[in-house]
Amino acid sequence: MSTTRNDRGILVVTARRDVAADVVELTLVRPDGSRLPDWAPGAHIDVVLPTGLTRQYSLCGDRWDAASYRIAVQREPDGRGGSSWLHDHGVPGVTLGFGGPRNNFRLAPAEDHLFIAGGIGITPLLPMIRQAELLDLPWRLLYLGRRRDRLAYLDELTAHGDRVTVHCADELGRAELDAWRPSDPRTRVYACGPERLLDAVAAWGAVPGGFAPRIERFSATTGETPPATTFDVVAARSGVTATVAEDESIVTALRRAGVDVITSCAQGVCGTCETDVLEGRPDHRDSLLDDAERAASRCLFPCVSRSRDPRLVLDL
Amino acid sequence: MITAAATDIDPFSIEFLADPLPFHERLRELGPVVYLEKYDVHAVARYDEVHRSLTDWQSLQSGAGVGLSNFLREKPWRPPSLLLEADPPRHDAPRAVLQNLLSPRRLRVLEAHWQADAADVVATALDGAGPGGTVELDAVTDLAEVFPLRVFPDAVGIGKSGREHLLPYGDFAFNAFGPQNALVTEPAKTIGPTTAWIGEQCLRENLTPDGFGAQIWAAADRGDITEAQAPLIVRSLLTAGVDTTVTGIAAVVHAVATHPDQWERLRADRSLLPRAFEEAVRLESPVQTFFRTTTTDTTIADVTLPPERKVLMFLGAANRDPRRWEDPDRFDLSRDPSGHVAFGMGLHQCVGQHIARLEATAVLGALLDRVASVELVDTPRRHLNNTLRGWESMPVRMTLA
Repeated sequence: MSTTRNDRGILVVTARRDVAADVVELTLVRPDGSRLPDWAPGAHIDVVLPTGLTRQYSLCGDRWDAASYRIAVQREPDGRGGSSWLHDHGVPGVTLGFGGPRNNFRLAPAEDHLFIAGGIGITPLLPMIRQAELLDLPWRLLYLGRRRDRLAYLDELTAHGDRVTVHCADELGRAELDAWRPSDPRTRVYACGPERLLDAVAAWGAVPGGFAPRIERFSATTGETPPATTFDVVAARSGVTATVAEDESIVTALRRAGVDVITSCAQGVCGTCETDVLEGRPDHRDSLLDDAERAASRCLFPCVSRSRDPRLVLDL
Repeated sequence: MITAAATDIDPFSIEFLADPLPFHERLRELGPVVYLEKYDVHAVARYDEVHRSLTDWQSLQSGAGVGLSNFLREKPWRPPSLLLEADPPRHDAPRAVLQNLLSPRRLRVLEAHWQADAADVVATALDGAGPGGTVELDAVTDLAEVFPLRVFPDAVGIGKSGREHLLPYGDFAFNAFGPQNALVTEPAKTIGPTTAWIGEQCLRENLTPDGFGAQIWAAADRGDITEAQAPLIVRSLLTAGVDTTVTGIAAVVHAVATHPDQWERLRADRSLLPRAFEEAVRLESPVQTFFRTTTTDTTIADVTLPPERKVLMFLGAANRDPRRWEDPDRFDLSRDPSGHVAFGMGLHQCVGQHIARLEATAVLGALLDRVASVELVDTPRRHLNNTLRGWESMPVRMTLA
């Protein structure tokens, strides 16, 4: 049961709500409503659109709710169509592919936190703020934007009183960012938002005796080959080829062809099924590889990952 | 309201620990959730309920201890583990550091070294016998205990002296998850110096610069964890990384010694080697049990438990549940053992599982290189522990290829 139940990397939109001008929040669940892979604040998922585009969105919901993910998507008129597609078509009932969650923006144990959000960059910080509250640890938030109506989750955040500073350029002009640089080495800084903001925060470096700010950048992928809907997987050592259908995993397809791959979690989380890639470009869907490892693509996790090329050769 | 079937079975009695399988069957057949009268705790022994209890950390916490003792009311015998005995959010950072450090990709650098070490350990155990010769040895004391003690402490980077403390410490820590029976109270009288030695090994200055221990401290330097957390995370490796792998290696030797046809299959097709280990740990479940504690009203298979109730999960029983496994008592290399819960499942799944696999497949590979057949020459003697199911001694005869 556990090895086949979750092997479709598919989420269904179950709720949609406007959370600011041009920002829509989507609630996503598995088609059968079962548990989703666990995550921690700072995590994002890869959302694979029916158009073939893959886009990264921070998880901004509650991880004590094991069955659903929440993301907030800002319409990017200059983008390559991922956010526009979700705004135009992301309604309850729509299915999306997904990978991860992955986390390049982990919250470290700290005695004090300064969160800096630029616009939609608030999303990964929301679960961090809830966690600091849960642990009763001090925190502050500087929330920057152009206009108040474009800032998502403002009501939830301003309820925290003077922990939260909202700075909108149309009211106050440009923020004096450097005035926020902490002097106490115990304060850890987390920032997410536009490149220019992140560059400015990164330039602070580490306070003596402390640590450098942690920042979350979503690198724009260009010219990426879309995932293959169906593809052939070749188990090189046994010479077996199997066709992986749209709604099954590589593991399921190989089992049908008589090649068993040992898995454990069947969610791309535990790492048991790590397999070397000999040929072809994988469509990584696991929670384990970092960006550099993904770029190298020397291995993949066949319980969840797929292929961008029509043929993928594995060392099996 | 549906209540759990009550039983007077004592899963920590000598009788149970010596031969748990008939009790496991009774527990599975009593119902999806049972009530253990002696300890006033609930328990699950069927695969689905064990899997569900392992993965649902939101309802079933570890922070109140994964043994019988409830840390909400009782003082732990040592500072709790930051991994095993912690929940999100405090569990996050220590887990992320170890998971990254012990991933298969990072462990690959050890593979060739460990294979060479395994060949050496096997050669020593075979005592210079030549092709066609036969050797009688103890698969536990000459092999299963020797290999992990040779490679793992070096990989962590602890000192060379005092390593005889490692097995007793692990044995004690796993006993301590059970009740205060003689398995705990007797060694407790003398465990003090062992606990102190373990603590000293975890300090930065006592670790070699290249091992897992030093890398855990480096994570503290990067700010991923605190300096106060680092020694306790090193301690987790030393607690959970030795006795368990000894048992895992012994389990796979026992399985092939008692299933000569499967040994022949393995000799004919070495690609079955990883599966042989998974199937052996499914069958033996070196870690037999862990507890969780309900955080809230929690419904397991129609039985609703109130908050702060201890729930005992029988991993070994789940791994032989006929509802999940066909002919579950058979060691069968045709079987796909995927999904067994010998390493647990979910957020707390054994973070060292890839080390266990690397160690066991190195030893089994070295045996395949040299040995044509292996058989028991006497009934193996079990080592009793409240949590682990291993052996004291396993006399075998190996005929060399």
